[in-house]
Amino acid sequence: MDDPRPLLEIREVSKHFGGVYALNEATLAVHYGEIHALIGPNGAGKTTLIHTLSGTLRPDRGRVYFSGSEVTKLAMHERVALGLARSYQITNIFPRLTVLDNVALGVQARTRDWGSSFRFWRPFSADRGIVEEARALLERVALGALAARCAGNLAHGEQRALEVALALATRPRLLLLDEPMAGTGPEESERMVELIAQLAREVTILLVEHDMDAVFRLADRISVLVGGSVVATGLPEAIRADPAVCRAYLGDSTETPP
Amino acid sequence: MPQLILEQALNGLQFGLMLFLLAAGLTLVFGIMDMINLAHGSLYMVGAYLAAAATQAGGSFVLGVGAAMLGTAMLGLLLEMTLLRRLYARDHLSQVLATFALILIANEAVRIVWGAQPVMLNAPDELSGPFEAGGFSYPAYRLLIIAVGALVAGSLYMLVAKTRLGMWVRAGASNREMTEALGVNVRRLFTAVFAVGAALCALAGALLGPLLAVQVGMGESILILAFVVIVIGGIGSIRGALVGSLLVGLVDTLGRAALPALLRGFLSPEAAGSLGPALASILIYLLMAAILFFRPEGLFPARA
Amino acid sequence: MALYVSSPRRQVLALASLAGLVALPWLAQLLEQTFYVSLASRVLIFALAATSLNLVVGFGGMISFGHAAFFGAGAYCVVVLAQNGVFSAWLAWPAAVAMGVLLALLIGAISLRTRGVYFIMITLAFAQMAFYLVVSLKSWGGDDGLSLAQRSTLGWLDLKDDAVFYYVVLALLAFVLFAFDRFAHARFGRVIQGIRENETRMEALGYPVFAYKLVCFALGGGLAGLAGALIANQAGMAGPNLLYWTQSGTLLVMVVLGGVGSLYGGFVGAALLLLAEEVLVGLTPHWQIGLGLVLLVVVLWAPRGVAGLFARKRDDG
Repeated sequence: MDDPRPLLEIREVSKHFGGVYALNEATLAVHYGEIHALIGPNGAGKTTLIHTLSGTLRPDRGRVYFSGSEVTKLAMHERVALGLARSYQITNIFPRLTVLDNVALGVQARTRDWGSSFRFWRPFSADRGIVEEARALLERVALGALAARCAGNLAHGEQRALEVALALATRPRLLLLDEPMAGTGPEESERMVELIAQLAREVTILLVEHDMDAVFRLADRISVLVGGSVVATGLPEAIRADPAVCRAYLGDSTETPP
Repeated sequence: MPQLILEQALNGLQFGLMLFLLAAGLTLVFGIMDMINLAHGSLYMVGAYLAAAATQAGGSFVLGVGAAMLGTAMLGLLLEMTLLRRLYARDHLSQVLATFALILIANEAVRIVWGAQPVMLNAPDELSGPFEAGGFSYPAYRLLIIAVGALVAGSLYMLVAKTRLGMWVRAGASNREMTEALGVNVRRLFTAVFAVGAALCALAGALLGPLLAVQVGMGESILILAFVVIVIGGIGSIRGALVGSLLVGLVDTLGRAALPALLRGFLSPEAAGSLGPALASILIYLLMAAILFFRPEGLFPARA
Repeated sequence: MALYVSSPRRQVLALASLAGLVALPWLAQLLEQTFYVSLASRVLIFALAATSLNLVVGFGGMISFGHAAFFGAGAYCVVVLAQNGVFSAWLAWPAAVAMGVLLALLIGAISLRTRGVYFIMITLAFAQMAFYLVVSLKSWGGDDGLSLAQRSTLGWLDLKDDAVFYYVVLALLAFVLFAFDRFAHARFGRVIQGIRENETRMEALGYPVFAYKLVCFALGGGLAGLAGALIANQAGMAGPNLLYWTQSGTLLVMVVLGGVGSLYGGFVGAALLLLAEEVLVGLTPHWQIGLGLVLLVVVLWAPRGVAGLFARKRDDG
């Protein structure tokens, strides 16, 4: 790596609800250009970690750094402006808008390219580039033909792709994918794996995923979260062989690393 | 001076307890069904009118109050089963408008039946005098209201906090889907809660009838106070409703009594005379805004 | 609801209505029914108020139950200024707008921290606060309100003439609706509609949602302030009933009757409600019961209002 500092760094982050620690001094570093997968059994604190990264939750202790500067206390929209975007585990799109309007809203959000949206008079259509870029994005996720459709009427797999397109529209430097395969069939999963592999050429990805097959196919490095702490980080082969990881997954029969 | 303060404190307590009778039903309806019911104040009005009519017909205040509670509970039951049910799944805007329409209808219906003039509801003669003890005197009827209010509020609180039925109600208010999954028939439970809430409205209306005028529109002003109460307390929380009611009752009553005098301390009598009442009348709204600013979900949020 | 797009059919309808409204004073003169000009001014002013609320509720998705506060603030602003010798519309009306904006910024900054039911209730509480404040201020006339000695002056236009006043109101309303159309198609309008559709997602796309909502809320407040300035001129007074919570309710009713989130919804709703009132009052003293029933029917069976009845079903395939 030419830049020795990681793109995203989480240092000893803790968060508790009531007396229960959802995160307990979790530490994680995501480097430029990699697909970094985060796995862990149910209740390990993955969701809480995502919330602390995206800015919906403030950690009780610890810090979050993004490309060298601290973002622990920034609001979600401020983090997005820095280049940290997320997709949602449960599809979170604008179901009543057209597919194109969905993505165009995402593109328009980039103030560094389009300026602020506090424009009350000039028609949106005057900024031709926004719609053009939105169309290009839809082509990339193979939704180009569906641009005029109402997003709520898309098939599940298509909505998952739109979800990713929305995150991409903000031109992130780090893309936080929260279980992109959730609820998809084998065929759709396959397409999603291809899409992620293709995206990884341009953007760093932190992938939180239950589908171990996809994780081991895609990830450059894997971190394992157990009981609110990261117990292991390493190359896929090393993680597969790590006794601590096997122990963590014992008793959770639904998710055994292959 | 101590006489005055004690008197005002008792007035505040009395007002707070009556507010609780309204707020209890409202907060549970809100909490369980996520439903805004503006017509709650109309039930209070109808209760007061029914009490006045029944008292006049039967010659007994106690009987009148009982009949009003029963009648209003039936009305509430009818309303819930025919109309409000259709609104649970709708957005808040529809609920606001539909129940706003109910207020218009209720007000006109009362005008048609009882006329536009306020009707009389007299407290029993035995209670018309003052109660005196050790140089302190306070209207006996108001003392009775406090006693009844405290009794009902206490038993309601115990019912919700300690019994199995109450546990269902609380569970329903904090997470309806989960409660349904546990096999509780939330619909039926809710119909019952609504009827009880209506009866409590009638009780408050009947008890306050002799003190305030029984007239069209009496429900609206107190409805908004009840909303303030449950928003302060946290929607769906019976404990919040109790704390909120007493807080609003005391702050409002004591503020009105003390603020003008207090302001005279550091303002000209003229300025204090005009600012005092103005400030006193918005005190509880300031209180609510302040509480929501620091705790956007009220003092005791019911939903985790 | 999809993002707002103006249709040519609606524009033709709007222009036709505008032509009719321009001809109205002349017609009234012809039929010697000049009373209707005054009524029409009132309808247009309420149309403006309801439109300002539709901006907040229908486009911004913020169910404000305290809009009457801004309406009333504008009215009192004009009357109080007049009492201090300021009659010029060039000063008083912008002051009323500024009053609405400032009040909305203040109320919005606190209320918009809350969600859902809490937002509805806190806006209601703030409006009640304004109501009680006005009622208890003796110098503002208390329960009786204040009367306006004369209508505002506007250059060479004689606003005392009901027809001239009507045309001024009509011009303002037409301009506001035109601006509203631009607004809905501009970037801000799209963002605010996106927030209505999915607030969390907008936040995750990087929009400072709170700021957009606050600005939209303040715009609505400012327009309501303008409507208030006009209603004070039309009625010749400002009374506390303008700020009472039932007034907020009435404005909401107008918006829903006409169509939430439809550009002309506020206008259609205000016209329907006020004209129905005019007719019903003549029939029975208990006309409100009829109004209540109609409202119930609309909410239960035509939740998208009149606009919904006319909208063609869109097929998304």
